[in-house]
Amino acid sequence: MADHAPQLREPTPCADAALQREIAALFVESLNLDVTADQIDPDAPLYGEGLGLDSIDVLEMALVLSKKYGVQLRANDAEDQRLFRSLRSLADFVAARRAK
Amino acid sequence: MATVALFTHPSPTSILAWRGGRPITALEFLQDVHGLARRLSPATHWLNACEDRYRFAVALAAGIVAGKIAVLPSTRTPQTIRDLLEWAPDTVCLTDDPDCPIDLPKVVVRDEDRDHAAGWRVPQVDAARAFATVFTSGSTGAPTPHPKTWGRVTDCVRAGAGRLRIADGRGHALVGTVPPQHMYGFESTVLLALQSGNALVAERPFYPADVVAVLEACPRPRALVSTPVHLRALLAADVAAPVLDRVICATAPLDRSLAQRIEERFRCELHEIYGSTETGQIAIRRTAATERFTLLPGVGLSFEADRAYADGGHLERRTPLYDVIEPLPDGEFRLHGRTQDLVEIAGKRSSFAYLNHQLNSIPGVIDGAFFEPAHGAHAETGISRLAAVVVAPTLDPASLLDRLRDRIDPAFLPRPLLFVDRLPRNATGKLPREAIATLVADLR
Repeated sequence: MADHAPQLREPTPCADAALQREIAALFVESLNLDVTADQIDPDAPLYGEGLGLDSIDVLEMALVLSKKYGVQLRANDAEDQRLFRSLRSLADFVAARRAK
Repeated sequence: MATVALFTHPSPTSILAWRGGRPITALEFLQDVHGLARRLSPATHWLNACEDRYRFAVALAAGIVAGKIAVLPSTRTPQTIRDLLEWAPDTVCLTDDPDCPIDLPKVVVRDEDRDHAAGWRVPQVDAARAFATVFTSGSTGAPTPHPKTWGRVTDCVRAGAGRLRIADGRGHALVGTVPPQHMYGFESTVLLALQSGNALVAERPFYPADVVAVLEACPRPRALVSTPVHLRALLAADVAAPVLDRVICATAPLDRSLAQRIEERFRCELHEIYGSTETGQIAIRRTAATERFTLLPGVGLSFEADRAYADGGHLERRTPLYDVIEPLPDGEFRLHGRTQDLVEIAGKRSSFAYLNHQLNSIPGVIDGAFFEPAHGAHAETGISRLAAVVVAPTLDPASLLDRLRDRIDPAFLPRPLLFVDRLPRNATGKLPREAIATLVADLR
């Protein structure tokens, strides 16, 4: 879908698609989600009415991401609502901060 | 008339709170309280939704000074707010978020309301005053109110402070990972600070790295008021551990090995509180050293038809407990988990009866039931989710989840939510655990 997006779109720092898929798989596996990794729309909200995550999931994922990539999430880094806004924004964050 | 002081800090310059690493004195708190009290309208019931723990305390105290009742519902879903309005139509929301989404008239708590002219006179509050009403999710669907009176709650909190051995005048900074609106955080972060001369900390850190940063911003002595979930996350995260002077834990039983690891990591004692919204805190143990809880002074246990009840001490009346309890001599007991109907997820409590009632109240749901799935807990936090089976041929999963989200706390939303043609109810209408397990195995 993103391939057909109009070229006028604001350029965003794009984490590689592989990392996005890898994080999507971590979500599905760690949170026992009822979807497959490629069913997660990279731009849909992860919180509330999108994927339906809540603060318990966010804490779990914060630990999973810190183990796997060595990133420590901080609320004032990104106001976690915004960080968990979408798979794409989270993957961009991890790509920028990863230590492993 | 017996009275109890609003707070016990001895001098106007005593530190009553920390925010952003800066101290707030008892006099400044009093000036904030009087400044806000003047802005309150004649309404009696005030839902205190302040996120900042200091503003929560100011809003609570302003209500106490102005003769109001603080209303603390267990969740803030739109359905809960509608139920609350039926109970108290005059309810106003006190918030520190100008964009607060709660559908009630609002008063926004602002820092600039401080009344700099107010002098040092600590308010004395009638011990018999019903100053707050805390709600549990009742098993019949409607939230159940539990009124709290000032004298009894402050007795309870002071007795607890004695057992926790933090009422020594050294002014501990109390950092909480729990919200002030729920009974545990209400007692152990806000009222504990006010009634034991300690200092509450305005921030409520969430990520482990933030917990460490907030702790480090406060001078020692400092205490962390938390839950098994947050403590487990703190140990699992690769973050430097500051030295603490006390850890307090509640909401779900903590296992001894986790308690020992926390004591080692933070080089201090961990005390675990047992209580409920209905009773407040009633017992404390040092989990790393003993499995036995010791009841607070005056509190006793009794048993009837396998159900444990607490009474005496600060309790208003004989109150049922929803845990399996083995009494021991000398005011001690062992905890053997929760009773069958109770649901506990990440420290939030509900009951299957309540959740099933909410599910079956949704138009289009013919039959439905929540259950605990066999699949595993989350690896890092150790939390398990609920699942549900539902007969609802006219609804799709997304819209049914939306309707549920309107009614129940997100922690209890079913994962997965399975659609079936009929539930395997037996001749008495019950749903045997094995029948659900078989049904779910067939679906997957």
